[in-house]
Amino acid sequence: MAYALQQLINGISLGMIYGLIAVGYTMVYGIIGMINFAHGDVFMIGAFTALITIVLLLSGGMMEGPGAILLVLLVSMSVTALYGWTVERLAYRPLRGSFRLAPLISAIGMSILLQNYVQVSQGARVKPLEPIVRGGFEVMREGGFVVQLSTIQIMIVSITLSVLAVFTWLVTRTPLGRAMRACEQDRKMAALLGVDTDRTISLTFVIGAALAAVAGSLYLIRYGVIDFYIGFLVGVKAFTAAVLGGIGSLPGAVLGGLLIGLIETFWSAYFSVQYKDVAAFAVLVMVLIFMPTGLLGRQEVEKV
Amino acid sequence: MVEFTRRMAMAAGSAVVLGARGALAQGTGPIRIATAGPMTGQYAAFGAQMRAGAEQAVTDINGAGGVLGRQLALEVGDDACDPRQAVSVANQLAGRRVSFVAGHYCSGSSIPARDVYAEEGVLQMSPASTNPRFTDEGKWNTFRVCGRDDQQGAVAGAYIARNFTGRKVAILHDNSAYGKGLADETKKAMNAAGLQETLYAAYTPGERDYSALVSRMKAADIQVIYVGGYHTEAGLILRQAKEQGMNVTLIGGDALVTNEFWQIAGAAGEGTLMTFASDPRRRPTAAEVVARFRARNVDPEGYVLYTYAAVQIFAAAATRSNGVDPRAIASLLKSGGPWQTVLGPISFDAKGDVTVPDYVFYIWRNGSYAEIS
Repeated sequence: MAYALQQLINGISLGMIYGLIAVGYTMVYGIIGMINFAHGDVFMIGAFTALITIVLLLSGGMMEGPGAILLVLLVSMSVTALYGWTVERLAYRPLRGSFRLAPLISAIGMSILLQNYVQVSQGARVKPLEPIVRGGFEVMREGGFVVQLSTIQIMIVSITLSVLAVFTWLVTRTPLGRAMRACEQDRKMAALLGVDTDRTISLTFVIGAALAAVAGSLYLIRYGVIDFYIGFLVGVKAFTAAVLGGIGSLPGAVLGGLLIGLIETFWSAYFSVQYKDVAAFAVLVMVLIFMPTGLLGRQEVEKV
Repeated sequence: MVEFTRRMAMAAGSAVVLGARGALAQGTGPIRIATAGPMTGQYAAFGAQMRAGAEQAVTDINGAGGVLGRQLALEVGDDACDPRQAVSVANQLAGRRVSFVAGHYCSGSSIPARDVYAEEGVLQMSPASTNPRFTDEGKWNTFRVCGRDDQQGAVAGAYIARNFTGRKVAILHDNSAYGKGLADETKKAMNAAGLQETLYAAYTPGERDYSALVSRMKAADIQVIYVGGYHTEAGLILRQAKEQGMNVTLIGGDALVTNEFWQIAGAAGEGTLMTFASDPRRRPTAAEVVARFRARNVDPEGYVLYTYAAVQIFAAAATRSNGVDPRAIASLLKSGGPWQTVLGPISFDAKGDVTVPDYVFYIWRNGSYAEIS
């Protein structure tokens, strides 16, 4: 019981990070029908920006308390959002009228470009960061087994939930959100009715990148080791989460992220650590066989 | 990277000028040698060590007049510890007609690269690959200046069984040629000395979240973790174990000898044990070279001096055999020892392993490691 609870805590804090990144994949897909393969690398940019900010704050002796972490998040979000905007402007917008595969190839190219850019500018070695958020609570004790909930895990869950709450409000309650949903339903019609679709698509990328930056910062603070290549593995997992939850569906992305995190963790906990990815992908295959649009995805209606 | 491309361009340029292979082998141009290892990626810290060692050795040897009156020219190959990339790097280096490679680092890279070198007539001497298979498979061209995992595992297994009697031990490995090989050798030695492990598991390298594995060890009440694997993962596992309130001692192999381990593990690394050869920096034969490294602000930790020694041995053997024919040098290396190196005198057995390997235990304290006396 205590053991399962500990693994549940592990799984949720891992799944939350996947979920945050998955939202970025699903949002872009919903609006322009494209898989943004560079999104994992935008996440990596977010982690590096956070690292640079933290190092600057540490050298100034100002890395103290929740205020500093909030500052790190804000800096990382703004810089990464700028990257998200630039990526869309340079690599995707010129190809929007082109054939379907063109932006996809462009996205793969962008992913390689971002990786190499960070590799050259920041060096190829791993960048370690000492633990900056320490401590935790004893949740319960069963026999000799102590269930530990660390401060950073609480931080991950609470920051993720509040960011997602703001994001949900943005999509469902604001004019921008309405424009985004309109573009998602029918871009041409939305344009005819006066929605500035280019601006809406740009903002979608900006928001997606900002969410990825939050995930990148939390990932850095939690695990403390990053390199230019982290975007790949995490990106694949988050993409899987988006597909599992139903690509195009925002709650689906979060649900998918949590599920992937939990499946990985519980498979490692009760079966083999080595085959956890096999388990996660097997579940994905099963879900797609029986629910081709994912758990919360909507059936695509062919308009005639 | 810039440096690397410049070198490649230079190498390509001079290859065009000098043209045929015969001209290089017999001629008066530079003798091409290489070091290859993970210059990028997870384990780039070790690639940097090898590169520093090889560069210094080449500078020193060239400064003293070169080999047979010719200068040594160093190529650097990057395999990122990826077996597939190692094969293509080996082909590239062979294509550039290097006579000698000081590398690779990861056993998983050295073994497939070895076959390419053997076919292409290149001598290979690894400063770091400890998997027994590297030399056991009877290729003419393989040597190493480090020990073997069956020796390292025997030392580690016996130590654990002696010092941690009755404790609960977990043995983990990363499924790499090095990691699994070392973990299995340690397990064998430990079991033979009468201590059974409580948990034996493999993990996936390159990940960051090992919390599920850590909770599993916590539930099994593990007190000692033996890791057959590299420093990044070992550091993360230890850090997450302390975070979950575990009170464990981590024991690892020679892949932990980099300051990066401490940067990753942080204060959780205190008391970590590892096996490595007795500190080469403190040997009297190394004093002068170590001073030269320190003057350049390089700490010759880990494999720096091992790579230096590999290049030194090649230079000495080429000089003595009065040519750079790799096969002639290979047989001379086995029969003509001991070779005087920065590590002290080194002799090779018929397989190409060093005849007197030594493994001792080190402990991490306060950000640096020291031999346990």
